[in-house]
Amino acid sequence: MSEKSNESSTRRDFLKASSVVAAGAGVLGNLSFSSQAFAAGDDTIRVGLIGAGGRGRGAATQALSTEGNIKLVAIADAFSDRLEDGLAYINGQMQKNKTPERVDVAEENKFVGFDAYQKVLDSDVDVVILATPPGFRPIHFEAAVNADKHVFMEKPVATDAPGVRKVLAAAQAAKQKNLAVGVGLQRHHQKPYLELVDRVHNGAIGDIVAMRVYWNGGGVWDPRRTREECSGEMEYQMRNWYYYTWLCGDHIVEQHIHNLDVGNWLMKANPATGEGYPVSASGMGGRQVRTDKKYGEIFDHHAVEYVYDNGTRMYSQCRHMPGCPGNVTEHAHGTKGVVHLGGRDYSIEGENNTKFKGKYRDPYQVEHDQLFAAIRSGTPYSEAERGAYSTLTAIIGRLATYSGKEIKWNQALNSEISLMPETYAWDAAPPTLPNEHGEYQIAHPGLSKVV
Amino acid sequence: MNGQFPSVCSLLIAAVLAFNVLTVADAADKEPAAADAKTEKEMKPYKQTITGTDVSFEMLPIPGGTFTMGSPEDEADRYTDEAPQREVKIEPFWMGKCEVTWDEYDIWSFSLDQKIRKLRGVEPTEQDKKADAVTRPTPPYTDMTFSMGHDGFPAICMTQLAAKTYCKWLSQKTGHYYRLPTEAEWEYACRAGTTTAFSFGDDPGKIGEYAWYADNSDDQYQKVGKKKPNPWGLHDMHGNVNEWVLDQYQETYPAPDKSVQGPLPSPLVVATELYPRVVRGGSWEDDPADLRSATRRGSEEEWKYQDPQIPQSVWYHTDALFVGFRIVRPLRVPSEKERAELKLDAKKVVNQR
Repeated sequence: MSEKSNESSTRRDFLKASSVVAAGAGVLGNLSFSSQAFAAGDDTIRVGLIGAGGRGRGAATQALSTEGNIKLVAIADAFSDRLEDGLAYINGQMQKNKTPERVDVAEENKFVGFDAYQKVLDSDVDVVILATPPGFRPIHFEAAVNADKHVFMEKPVATDAPGVRKVLAAAQAAKQKNLAVGVGLQRHHQKPYLELVDRVHNGAIGDIVAMRVYWNGGGVWDPRRTREECSGEMEYQMRNWYYYTWLCGDHIVEQHIHNLDVGNWLMKANPATGEGYPVSASGMGGRQVRTDKKYGEIFDHHAVEYVYDNGTRMYSQCRHMPGCPGNVTEHAHGTKGVVHLGGRDYSIEGENNTKFKGKYRDPYQVEHDQLFAAIRSGTPYSEAERGAYSTLTAIIGRLATYSGKEIKWNQALNSEISLMPETYAWDAAPPTLPNEHGEYQIAHPGLSKVV
Repeated sequence: MNGQFPSVCSLLIAAVLAFNVLTVADAADKEPAAADAKTEKEMKPYKQTITGTDVSFEMLPIPGGTFTMGSPEDEADRYTDEAPQREVKIEPFWMGKCEVTWDEYDIWSFSLDQKIRKLRGVEPTEQDKKADAVTRPTPPYTDMTFSMGHDGFPAICMTQLAAKTYCKWLSQKTGHYYRLPTEAEWEYACRAGTTTAFSFGDDPGKIGEYAWYADNSDDQYQKVGKKKPNPWGLHDMHGNVNEWVLDQYQETYPAPDKSVQGPLPSPLVVATELYPRVVRGGSWEDDPADLRSATRRGSEEEWKYQDPQIPQSVWYHTDALFVGFRIVRPLRVPSEKERAELKLDAKKVVNQR
């Protein structure tokens, strides 16, 4: 046998996710912006980042890795330490990508506090990334659309029904203004999902009779600050936002939304009309393992049964318990077969056996490539309704587990119960307060009123 | 004695309701004398239970000796980075009979030992307290088994730092010094006295008896210890998952040092750069050529391209579903100075909050 170099091995050559191949990025032509088209001769997209935490930094890095001239010019966070850290990390990423010029945030374009988002919107930006804790998303999205900005926003897009309605209204306005909106449900930009869901839509497993969706894992980051390290209750909850329902939505909304959203997608739910989503949900959940008071008020497990209009059911589980088997997958059972999505197994079993094999590009990058390509070409692009309805799908699951009751979609969609505070200030009271021992009131199925 | 399971490598984690609490005295009694060998002659296989759990792992003695590291130019499918061949001298050590499983790894990564103590109202031993001082990783953002199986399957997707930190924790927990193998130790143990492409000969046609690889793995990792072992009793050295070693990856082995008479003593390329570092043995997704005793692979930053957070976690290679590790325990415990100079131990990590 002749000697080979390393490069000749097919398997060893890990397919590099090229960072700047914007699929379908159009040539810059006549831009049809309602607001500030990039001035003739300057095609630089100016980006503002609102929320400089782990995901905000990630999203900003991906946005700044898209094709064409682009710059981060403004940044907002509730906390100055998070802002500075975030900016340093994004700078580091851009230096690594050898595009350090893509970060150009002047000192006067760093904004801190509850109203920092508005200051970013008031600065000279074309696109904003909304990556704060989800509770703020409706307020930020509405303000971004009012300010005529294109938007990339992380999921979920709200934590309560009034928030969902606010997002839906702003989504309509965004469409009228021809503003592009991307939402971080990246499975819609992940090749194996696209291929197999398309086959399901074309009848590969017949009619769907049931679905199973899961996000069972060990949980997320531990609370970042103690009470003693915080100026007061508001800061304490903001620092440890995952554990407060008004900020996070509970993990069924913050995380499991991905899997519930795939269920809706498989069922051909229509975000444009709001048709085809579950009509009701019932289930159970609680706090079994993550019971320490530092873990705020959210549950550590939810199991929900959703019913669609045609009687199809979606059985959902999400769990944050270290040491239990993990499972982050989606499955649909049809009259002619079963589709498996997520984990390592993307396949259809049954009359139309197929298995997705091979590598695919990083969906977190692809979602930005496609959004920014649409912004540059002036192509309509709206993922906001899909984000809103899948958020509501997750929310009705939480309402069902918190109350122990069956929750109807329309009842939830029209609910006036808001989780958000009256006032946003460091000395203001969050909507949920601890007792003298620092313990929070946990939802009580059978008694808690949720709609 | 420990539960008498005809076990392969590790047992299921205790159902925490079985209140068979191990006291310190018990644990000491249970510690097999074989683990206390002081000389090469006394070294025997031993099984160690992780205190406060029902999970155990098996260690096999690897005698000291010399061997030829790298592959000859006429070996089928060899790569240029397997040269130059050189004589290497290895000191005796014990090596994990199998790759580290999730059962073992999760006790550290999810702090299950601490949780079990709390649940049972058990006070930590002195060793527990030391082990508690070792950093645990932040939780993974998704299920790192990717639904391929958990109990008895190899732990995967960890960075070299995570593997080294696990060793540090296990050392404190057990009172024995565990670490990752050097690349030379790994190849020595893999060859187990053989000079052929594989430890079972040169015929790749027999690989299915010994290894999980592209054609028999059903496109995923498999339970450890199910295939035939090599001549020294080690399972899955070829295939299943690549295994971390300590060394920095270089395109070739350093040219033999003319000033050194005889075999190179315990070589190690001390890692100074994060990438690439060496993994060995090939995996469930590789072809036989990439499972050979001499095959090497370097780590890449792309192994975490789907980690959605910035900074990306220091603990996870979200996309390296083909990387795990195996532990060793040198007979002679290195001095603090050696451990620092050779970077044998994990550096201390303070988790970002």
